[in-house]
Amino acid sequence: MDKEIKRAIILDNYQNPINKGLKKDDSYILKNTNNESCIDNIDMMMKAENGVIKDILFDGEACAICTSATSIIIKSLIGKTLDEAEKIITNYQDMINEKDYDKDLLGELIVYEDICMQPNRKKCALLPSNAVEKILEVIRNEKK
Amino acid sequence: MNRDDFPILKDGVIYFDNGATTLKPNCVVNEMVNYYTKYTSNIHRGDYDNAMKTNEVYDKVREIVKDFINAKDIREIVYTSGATESINLVAFGFFKKYLKKDDEVLINKAEHASNVLPWLVLEKEIGIKVKYIPLDENHELTIDNIEKTITDKTKVISVAHISNVIGDVRNIDEIGKICKSKNIYFVVDAAQSISHYKIDVEKSNISFLAFSGHKMMGPTGVGILYGKKDLLEKTDPLKYGGGMNQSFESNGDYILKTTPIKFEAGTPPIAEVIGLGEAIKFIKSIGIEKIHDYELKLKEYMVEELSKIPNIILYNKNSKSGILAFNVEGVFSQDTSVYLNHYNIAIRAGNHCAKILKDDLEIKNTCRVSLCLYNTKEEIDVLVKALKNSKDIFKVVI
Ligand SMILES: Cc1ncc(COP(=O)(O)O)c(C=O)c1O
Repeated sequence: MDKEIKRAIILDNYQNPINKGLKKDDSYILKNTNNESCIDNIDMMMKAENGVIKDILFDGEACAICTSATSIIIKSLIGKTLDEAEKIITNYQDMINEKDYDKDLLGELIVYEDICMQPNRKKCALLPSNAVEKILEVIRNEKK
Repeated sequence: MNRDDFPILKDGVIYFDNGATTLKPNCVVNEMVNYYTKYTSNIHRGDYDNAMKTNEVYDKVREIVKDFINAKDIREIVYTSGATESINLVAFGFFKKYLKKDDEVLINKAEHASNVLPWLVLEKEIGIKVKYIPLDENHELTIDNIEKTITDKTKVISVAHISNVIGDVRNIDEIGKICKSKNIYFVVDAAQSISHYKIDVEKSNISFLAFSGHKMMGPTGVGILYGKKDLLEKTDPLKYGGGMNQSFESNGDYILKTTPIKFEAGTPPIAEVIGLGEAIKFIKSIGIEKIHDYELKLKEYMVEELSKIPNIILYNKNSKSGILAFNVEGVFSQDTSVYLNHYNIAIRAGNHCAKILKDDLEIKNTCRVSLCLYNTKEEIDVLVKALKNSKDIFKVVI
């Protein structure tokens, strides 16, 4: 993907992120996540029914990379099964951490494939995926 | 000024993060290297030449610090690991013993974590009340608001001399007078002011003063607690071990040394203490008033230039120190600092450890430029130029 297009997608998701703003609803699971070494701080809430992700919302203060990644991750996960979501997230983390990954699974998240060139931004890109992981773990434990 | 004393500057970095830590001049580093390469030895324990030399140099620093802040007696000068440890020693070594339930400690929301959390812990542990002196519309601390907050129960006022986010200079002479007339202990956190503003502990009637070496062009790992002698005599150490005891017996009896040695258990940061002494000599050789005037002029120049850029928000234009908090409209502070790094400009983005100031500032995170004597107008011009081009921020950071 062309660098300009990537930048445009990131910028659009930063300036107009999807589903920003939380609500009071007990059927969602809420988790906070923040980077100890920087100042990104987001809350994310997810609702799943019958193993399928119905909705994800977020709020918080974070940089362009972190906010846009949160927005794109939310778009990528709504409507997916929990297993699919887990695969997407692991695959995304592998990409950011410069491990082997499957491009086809990533969709728009591919815009972050060069983020490893700026090592101090990796944690910004990873932050929303940590929130998703935390929530998926709660859901998994609930099912048991 | 004195740029040649700071070899780091030759690499071209524009260092505007002096509130976090300052650069170190050659004289500081050289003296530490001398200790490590020419006369390494422990203190107070040897009869050989190098040990005596170490003792002499190490003890001399207490004298240098005493003169620098106009203390009366070297026994009022305690070596610590930094401002944080100094304030903790005051809170837990002294006030934990002498404050009672419902006694009030006045702080404010612009204080650094190290001057908030120890008091919050005491609130939980012994039931004191932590009260926040309201800040004015410029987020500054005024004498008027201090006077209004004091009650019969107020026992301590603990404030930073210069706040690390807003950079306002608190009138410690005036606060000291109020404390004296009302019998209130006065604790001053001088971490941000010690190398920029003259401090006279006697004149300002300060009970305890805390600062760090590394924010005054000295090394990391060392700091100072000043305390009035009678107060330090009543303060308990937080650390016990070698060097600080007179004697101890297997039946459990022990006798501690007197202040300041009773607070300095274990082998101290010897090289760092020596470096701190050199840092103070360096500051004195230039003159602290001269440093202060120079930095303030620089700040005024920076404010003037940045005010011309429409999308730059300045939060503390008027504060009389070299600290400026700002944001680029619509841009998260960290994105701005990542952008400025591309111009080799080092600034700080975040809440600057003043996490409760957000209640008042209505914005959690800011960019902060904090100046030091080696900064120049030319460096500010580079910053201004970069921020004028800030429409390119996302081209650079994404
Ligand atoms: C106002 C203020 N107080 C205290 C501290 C703590 O200093 P240190 O981390 O050296 O103990 C700082 C450091 O940023 C500060 O700015």
